[in-house]
Amino acid sequence: MKPFRTHRGLVAPLDRINVDTDQIIPKQFLKRIERTGFGQFLFYDWRFAADGKKSGDFILDEPRYAGASILVAGKNFGCGSSREHAVWALADFGFRAVISSSFADIFANNSTKNGFLTVLLREDEVGELMRRAREVNDYQLTIDLEQCEVRDDQGFCTKFPIDDFVRHCLLNGLDDIGLTLQHEAEIASYETVHPPPSALQARHP
Amino acid sequence: MSAKKTLFEKIWNAHLVAQPAGRSPIIYIDLHLVHEVTSPQAFDGLREAGRKVRQPARTVATVDHNIPTEPRGTPITDLIAARQIAALQANCKEFGVRLFDMDSPEQGIVHVIGPELGLTQPGMTIVCGDSHTSTHGAFGSLAFGIGTSEVEHVLATQCLAQQQPKTMKIDVRGRLADGVTAKDLALGIIGQIGTDGASGHVIEYCGDAVRSLSMEGRMTLCNMSIEAGARAGMVAPDETTFAYVKGKRFAPQGKEWESAVDYWRSLPTDEGAAFDKVVEMDAAQLSPFVTWGTNPGMVAPVTGRVPEVGSLGDSERRSTELALQYMGLEPGKRIEDIGIDRVFIGSCTNSRLEDLRSAARVAKGHHVSAKVRAMVVPGSQTVKRAAEDEGLHQIFLDAGFEWRESGCSMCLGMNPDILQPGERCASTSNRNFEGRQGRGGRTHLVSPMMAAAAAIAGHFTDIRDWKFR
Repeated sequence: MKPFRTHRGLVAPLDRINVDTDQIIPKQFLKRIERTGFGQFLFYDWRFAADGKKSGDFILDEPRYAGASILVAGKNFGCGSSREHAVWALADFGFRAVISSSFADIFANNSTKNGFLTVLLREDEVGELMRRAREVNDYQLTIDLEQCEVRDDQGFCTKFPIDDFVRHCLLNGLDDIGLTLQHEAEIASYETVHPPPSALQARHP
Repeated sequence: MSAKKTLFEKIWNAHLVAQPAGRSPIIYIDLHLVHEVTSPQAFDGLREAGRKVRQPARTVATVDHNIPTEPRGTPITDLIAARQIAALQANCKEFGVRLFDMDSPEQGIVHVIGPELGLTQPGMTIVCGDSHTSTHGAFGSLAFGIGTSEVEHVLATQCLAQQQPKTMKIDVRGRLADGVTAKDLALGIIGQIGTDGASGHVIEYCGDAVRSLSMEGRMTLCNMSIEAGARAGMVAPDETTFAYVKGKRFAPQGKEWESAVDYWRSLPTDEGAAFDKVVEMDAAQLSPFVTWGTNPGMVAPVTGRVPEVGSLGDSERRSTELALQYMGLEPGKRIEDIGIDRVFIGSCTNSRLEDLRSAARVAKGHHVSAKVRAMVVPGSQTVKRAAEDEGLHQIFLDAGFEWRESGCSMCLGMNPDILQPGERCASTSNRNFEGRQGRGGRTHLVSPMMAAAAAIAGHFTDIRDWKFR
């Protein structure tokens, strides 16, 4: 996993609440069996007309937000389906982080497994960043995971909360599975006491 | 510290494998359900790392999301879907995982077959790369959806590193009136607490109204927990639970059954145990509900109206306006005046035998409106056979409904069953998100009875006034 330490980038505002993962990546693109190539389908129904042509009026398609790597969005971002394809699509499109006042649990979990940061700020702070991203040309933010801080060049600076362990994994790009397998002895001893139910152990076709 | 524990805490504690300092606790997963859409990349990850499936016996797979609901044996014309199904078949073979494949007499939606095969049992930890895994909490298990990276994690380690969620008690007093179902209870709860009302929490549903639900009703209720943002939803196991599980194919037998039930009886929340949050509701206040917007919290009683936007705060107002625009509805419109084009009875929320019986009772002796296309998609092959044994399929067919093969179908439109742009659908599924059932499609979530009545009337109608024949 790619480590996340400090990232500075262009900010795009998505002024909607309850952005669900069906919007982030519509179902017709979930049939790929790879982890890559989902960025082109990000927010597809909002960005493209039914005939596949770009509708051009979606915020991410405004020339001033081209190359944005930080998304600021309304509350409950990533709700709905557990599809990790939503995170893959955001990351593949070029985003490294989303800032919101709340995230759906599964989306937030999926993000950390991909070196993708969900930054939790207060609703008024999110509103302020959204305003600046609209009003300030080439509005850049720095997200500093070592200091747990978000700051801009216009004097905005605030801390954000994050679980210590999640932060540690993100900073170091650690492989979760490897960490769990460090506890092989404990897992094995748990399994000795709790074997699979006998009905499931029987051979199956 | 109080020794009184909630159902959730008892299950959580019983599954703690390790609690490394400064890290998330590691919990053991008893049952891992797998389907074709969220697993291929996880199996690839195993191969790349040279890892095996640690507990093939605790891993069970089926195909449900993108299979057609035409008669089995019809070729799959969507080549990318076919490739995904083939990948699951190959992965199950390579890693020794039990698969209920397309041609299996027990194939079905993963959250329907888990319970009906007796795989789902009280006290278990259950995960699946699917948010509606919360369904299995109806049995008093801790069941939640995970992403593909976590699917790989569970395949490799049979464990998950998880921060301990908070607990929320939803206490529903009184009884649901006739015509008001578990689906209406779920929609009523989400309407009250919002689509993020339970974020970070595991809900335990309590109270007389919940206790008197059948297992099917409890599954419907727990299924929708994720739509309130909950990590999981649970109902304490009781005699209703044991009676359902007993004798199922993978349920404990003989002596094992007795000791399992003894253990299950120890699981319900201790009197006086504390929850982080408590919500109280009165079942008698609930009506049949219909969603009018683009998330499940945008809901009104069937006798109500689409909301006026005037009184709302800025961000709520904006999202309501966007929703009404997408849905093609005027503020203040009476719900019963909303006409429909399509009806979908199915999905992991409402495709079980009891759901089909209740819809058939409404449909019997009536006929689907000439302007409506209505389909019934049983949740599994087992449900389909049982319904046919009772003659339910004939009632539906006589009334002009289509009777199809099992799968997720139009709940998420990954297979050919989709809405056309602008089509309006009364659906027994769980999500009315924009484009969920097909681009430009407009979804209204309702109970199976309300869906059947809407199919016949051509618009939403209060099931409490229905003329049953």
